[in-house]
Amino acid sequence: MSNNKKYWKGVEELNETPSFQESKNKEFSELIPVEDFLGDANLLENSQTTRRDFLKYLGFGVTAASLAACETPVNKVIPYVVKTDKTSPGVANYFATSYFDGNDYCDILVKTREGRPIKIEGNKMSPLTKGGVNARINSSVLSLYDGNRFKSPMIDGSAVSWTTFNDSIKKELSAILSKGGKVRLLTNTIHSPSTLRLIAEFKSNYPEADIKQVTYDAISYSGMLEANLESFGKAVLPSYNLSKAKSIVSIGADFMSSFPSSIELTHQYASGRKPENGWMSKHFQFESSMSLTGSNADVRVPVKTSLHGAVVANLYNYIAKKVGASSVSAANIEIQERIEKAGEHLLANKGASIVLSGSNDKSIQVLVNGINDMLGNYGSTIDIANHSNERKGIDGEVSSLVKEMSAGSVDALMMVGVNPSLTMPSSINFNEALGKVKLAISFASRPNETTTNTKYIAATPNYLESWGDANPKTGYYALIQPTINPLFDTKQFEDCLLSWMDKSESYYDYIRATWESTLFANQTESVFFGDFWNKKLHDGLYISKPEVLEPIVFAGNVSSAASQASKIVSSDWEIEFYEKVGIGSGNQASNPWLQELPDPISKITWDNYLVMNPSDARENGFATEYGEQKNADTVNLTVNGYSFENIPVIAQPGQTKGTLGVALGYGQAIGKKNEVIGFNAYPAMAMNNGSIAKYSTDVSFVATGEDYQIATTQTHHTVMGRTSVVRETNLDTFKNGSKDDYNPAHILSTGDGPKDVSEIDLWAEHPVKKVGHHWGMSIDLNACIGCGSCVTSCNSENNVPVVGKDEVRRSREMHWMRIDRYFSSNPEDVEQRNYTSMETPEENPQVVHQPMMCQHCNHAPCETVCPVAATTHSDEGINQMTYNRCIGTRYCANNCPYKVRRFNWFSYQNLNRFEALNPSQDDLGRMVLNPDVTVRARGVMEKCSLCVQIIQTGKLEAKKEGRKVIDGEIETACASACPTHAITFGDLNDESSLVRKASESNRSYRVIEEVGTQPNIYYQVKVRNTETNIA
Amino acid sequence: MHQEAAIRKPLILGEKTYGEITDDVLASVTGKANKQWWIAFGIASVMALWGIGCILYLIGVGIGTWGLNKTVGWAWDITNFVWWVGIGHAGTLISAVLLLFRQKWRMAINRSAEAMTIFAVMMAAVWPGIHMGRIWLAYFVFPLPNHFGSLWVNFNSPLLWDVFAISTYFSVSLVFWYIGLIPDFATIRDRMTKAVPKQIYGLLAFGWTGNAKAWNRFEEISLVLAGLATPLVFSVHSIVSMDFATSVIPGWHTTIFPPYFVSGAVFSGFAMVLTLLIIMRKVMNLESYITIKHIEYMNIVIIVTGSIVGVAYLTELFISWYSGVEYESYAFINRATGPYWWAYWAMMTCNVISPQVFWFKKLRTNIGFTFFMSIVVNIGMWFERFVIIVTSLHRDYLPSSWTMFHPTFIDIGCFIGTIGIFFVLFLLFARFFPVLPLNELKTILKSSGEQYKSKAEEH
Repeated sequence: MSNNKKYWKGVEELNETPSFQESKNKEFSELIPVEDFLGDANLLENSQTTRRDFLKYLGFGVTAASLAACETPVNKVIPYVVKTDKTSPGVANYFATSYFDGNDYCDILVKTREGRPIKIEGNKMSPLTKGGVNARINSSVLSLYDGNRFKSPMIDGSAVSWTTFNDSIKKELSAILSKGGKVRLLTNTIHSPSTLRLIAEFKSNYPEADIKQVTYDAISYSGMLEANLESFGKAVLPSYNLSKAKSIVSIGADFMSSFPSSIELTHQYASGRKPENGWMSKHFQFESSMSLTGSNADVRVPVKTSLHGAVVANLYNYIAKKVGASSVSAANIEIQERIEKAGEHLLANKGASIVLSGSNDKSIQVLVNGINDMLGNYGSTIDIANHSNERKGIDGEVSSLVKEMSAGSVDALMMVGVNPSLTMPSSINFNEALGKVKLAISFASRPNETTTNTKYIAATPNYLESWGDANPKTGYYALIQPTINPLFDTKQFEDCLLSWMDKSESYYDYIRATWESTLFANQTESVFFGDFWNKKLHDGLYISKPEVLEPIVFAGNVSSAASQASKIVSSDWEIEFYEKVGIGSGNQASNPWLQELPDPISKITWDNYLVMNPSDARENGFATEYGEQKNADTVNLTVNGYSFENIPVIAQPGQTKGTLGVALGYGQAIGKKNEVIGFNAYPAMAMNNGSIAKYSTDVSFVATGEDYQIATTQTHHTVMGRTSVVRETNLDTFKNGSKDDYNPAHILSTGDGPKDVSEIDLWAEHPVKKVGHHWGMSIDLNACIGCGSCVTSCNSENNVPVVGKDEVRRSREMHWMRIDRYFSSNPEDVEQRNYTSMETPEENPQVVHQPMMCQHCNHAPCETVCPVAATTHSDEGINQMTYNRCIGTRYCANNCPYKVRRFNWFSYQNLNRFEALNPSQDDLGRMVLNPDVTVRARGVMEKCSLCVQIIQTGKLEAKKEGRKVIDGEIETACASACPTHAITFGDLNDESSLVRKASESNRSYRVIEEVGTQPNIYYQVKVRNTETNIA
Repeated sequence: MHQEAAIRKPLILGEKTYGEITDDVLASVTGKANKQWWIAFGIASVMALWGIGCILYLIGVGIGTWGLNKTVGWAWDITNFVWWVGIGHAGTLISAVLLLFRQKWRMAINRSAEAMTIFAVMMAAVWPGIHMGRIWLAYFVFPLPNHFGSLWVNFNSPLLWDVFAISTYFSVSLVFWYIGLIPDFATIRDRMTKAVPKQIYGLLAFGWTGNAKAWNRFEEISLVLAGLATPLVFSVHSIVSMDFATSVIPGWHTTIFPPYFVSGAVFSGFAMVLTLLIIMRKVMNLESYITIKHIEYMNIVIIVTGSIVGVAYLTELFISWYSGVEYESYAFINRATGPYWWAYWAMMTCNVISPQVFWFKKLRTNIGFTFFMSIVVNIGMWFERFVIIVTSLHRDYLPSSWTMFHPTFIDIGCFIGTIGIFFVLFLLFARFFPVLPLNELKTILKSSGEQYKSKAEEH
């Protein structure tokens, strides 16, 4: 039906008046006086607007119009056209995956924001690592955004496409395979079931060819594997359970940092160190250089590495005598008494004790196995049936491979996860041998020493861009899933191998097939594989039934081992090769967070160096103080015939006299400017008794007279007898004494009689107490081992800038969280307050590690002095910084008794001098930044915020669900990273919270409480399991 | 007319007439600058430009160009600030306090002392400005109405009190100084023959006619301003000292600071006045007006204030022991025996021991020696502030954070720069301003002039 309504514009139209009729057909309703205006020549001539003016106006008009049409430049912000499933801007997603780089294994959660991985946290579901991570692992996210990574595969130094790359490799490889040539895979330890299956399939696909996989661990435990092969018929590393051990004797095993499964062991160790349980393990450490583990030991005995065999043999004899076994030959050494003390304690805890050795010498490890066997530790604290797969490399196989290579008989060599040109001993002559291999392929994600020597470089993705699986322990399986699309044109080793085998399936399918055929087939919980897979991918791990403990029969030949182990090579000096907590074996030396992480013992960043006992250093005329403007002296060092020039010497308390130590993993070029950091000590290692020895007695040095700048975050090493800073006691005093004996309150005399400092207030009480939330933290000094995992975790969560060596040397590191390390001074000097002598640590000092960050004082000295009120107290007890209000007077930092405030001396994200190393200076590096945390401008103060962004997220989450915040649900970055759970965060107003309970415990104190700052961070007194109470 | 006892030493030497006084004082204004002035001005300008360059670099790149670190957040910046503020104390003390006490000898020195004060306070004000990480937001320290809602300054912060104390002190001193200059500008205006300078001085003289009513008002306003300025002399440095005294840092947290700082400031101020005047009287031939007697008087002030400072140092030491506070006592042991012992002993020697030699009349009336001592005191007082600031900060509560402070070229450059700017300003003052209050001087010619005194004696 058509519309016949009529619309009219006005009464005129409705009535059709004559005037309307008249005007209806005109274009304009009124006459426009164009003619009057333009037609009047007079008027035109008299008007002021000339032609030129007209053109000017026109020109201006056009320009103005076109300028107005210009848009301000828009950076590419591309919205989701179709929003991806489960990715919401501003909301973090977590993915469970696992980390294994040949050294550390860890179950992790990757926090991603808008598709970018920005932080690594521990997977709390993991029975192995229990949510702990270490500094190397939580820093690994930065390695993903390393600008030096290979962007595509390379042939002869030029980038090519994968098609070209694969075609040329396939051509060469098929020629080799078809003529039955020798193909070798030189890999780091691989415990991925799928990779192992793939390698096996590769072998079986070409039965005519001679294909072999050789495992090479840069830092090898070959001696231990072979010892276990001899003792128990299995070349494996056992699983340990330190939580059950009441007596722990470690002979050079740094089980808190460099030893295999260190995160797991650290957690177990800490669970046996809770004095509230009424017992604590007693930890003896015999070692040469002070390790992180040694610094936490109750009894630390400095002993040369060359004598470790003798120590073990003597310990064996002591225990053998007591249990009635036959003794072995053992050289007499000076520390007999101390060995017997350890032996006595072990015997008192038979079956609940453990002896560990970090030696790579098979004979020592056989003796250690013998001791553990006599003590009945197998089956209780040591499990060889459910063994660890974390190290598989046998040094002998590696050296025979290199021999084969130099003989020219290896046709193809694929190097996966290794950098042998860096890490092999120089005597092995790996580079020369590599030159004789016809087809050498390096799988690497960034240029390294080996890739410069190989024609084919397969660019591999970071583990956060890869698929994979893992089997770190018998019956323990984990998945590795990508959390971001590969940033560059990279392919993982397994995908390459699949395509070289002309298989069309991806490695992802391959893993699924592996899991379906093995793990899924042997379980009953899921009916469909899809379910099973999704669940495991979500959890990140799968645990099948543990192996039944088979009775262990020790079959090691202890007497021949003892005669081998207790051989003493005497020399003036000997050197130990050790791994630093941050750099480890050097896999991630290119990671600026790790380079800037202070070594827990020396507190030095950005370098490796020669450590020496302070009295040795004094005798040789070397400087014993270093850092800031004080430089270290240097030496020319020769080890096993390999020379180093200008190596800085550091006086390290606790270093055994007559020994030196040097950290491995350095000497690699990093950053935009390819700066070489430190020097590479690996080539100086040598084979000894069929394995690569971690020490050498063939060492000499000559002073050069030159000096070297050292960047350290701590230049003062003792606590100067200040018992309000660090409190410690021994187990006896703790158990039998009262709180006043080990944790006395601060009482001040006032006009109204003696009062506790907490009762004396200049200010009115802050309203946070008992109202709403009152965030606080408790740090257990007894659990803290000083590993620095919290430091890097904080760096990553809070966008803490990297400042580089020169700035650290000027004491300007930006870390919000630091770990203060104090060495004990001579107790007599402390007693008599000889301040000058107190500055010098003891020769073999006791060590305390104290995490220190903003104490969030309720009466904060920083808050009262800020002229612009840029730092204020939140009504939840947090001392907060308002960056955009800060004008940078630094008064707050001066008035902070804890010196935890950090000032932005420069614009770290813009200034050229930080370009080489600060990740926030380029687009790729900036991807790691946490979008929830402001990147601070120059000239403002910053400090620990108690991860206020995490608190806010947690509160919001609770609010959305209409409930209260659950204790433990909100965890700061430091607390979540701690492998020993030393840090507890929570609401002090919540009476049932862990942190509230901890704050009320007898061990609880606050640092320099007598100043009256009333901090919200509590510390728990450190308890040592020693006989004397040395302050 | 004011009569003075005959036994008092004359304050104006030689047979000066009113006209000669004017001639002597205005010689530099009406005549041409001599070579020495140009050399001094050249050197000062180079230092000033170098300093300005360093300051611009500092502002452009960041505070990191100084040698500060995580533990020592203030060093040369605030040392220089307090040093300059201290120097800026003498002028107002001389003109205000001595005016109230009717000390006529002040007339020879108060003009240049006040000029010194103004310039020193200007130099002092440079430091809190450039030590800020974000100087472009310096206006945040003023309680300005703003669009940020209830955002306000923190009235608890001593740094904010500083802002008020120093700006008040500066404005009162400036007004006081300027009021004193008005009759003298008028004299210059009347003497000038060239048109442009005459015009300028005419403007500066505010139409001064010199009639009795004007003089009466002049004297009244001087008294009122002196009354206002006197408490300020004590408040400024007391408040500066509270930057430290209200903190929790051992070595800073000290109730003795306000009087200790004020006497120290007078001490250093007089030393700087001596440094400047001993040169000026020589170069500008003002020996008749700035006499040995004046120098002796100032040296006596130096002994008194130096001794007060000495007592303060010893009291501090005693209290640090007597308090029984571990950190406090260590702070002082560390000052005397720690890595900065040399700064402490430099301070002790320069400020406590050396002024005591002025008990000997021979030494306090020796011009060369006095000049040397004035430099020593200036150095000593710089070290005092350095000791208080750096040695307290560098080792406070947690030994893990103990560091040293190492100055950089920019630290040194900025300090030299403020000295340069100060001397540029002072030399310009000496060249274009009446360096003595010539009209006021004339009032004591008859009572304290040498020829009149000797005439009085004859009778």
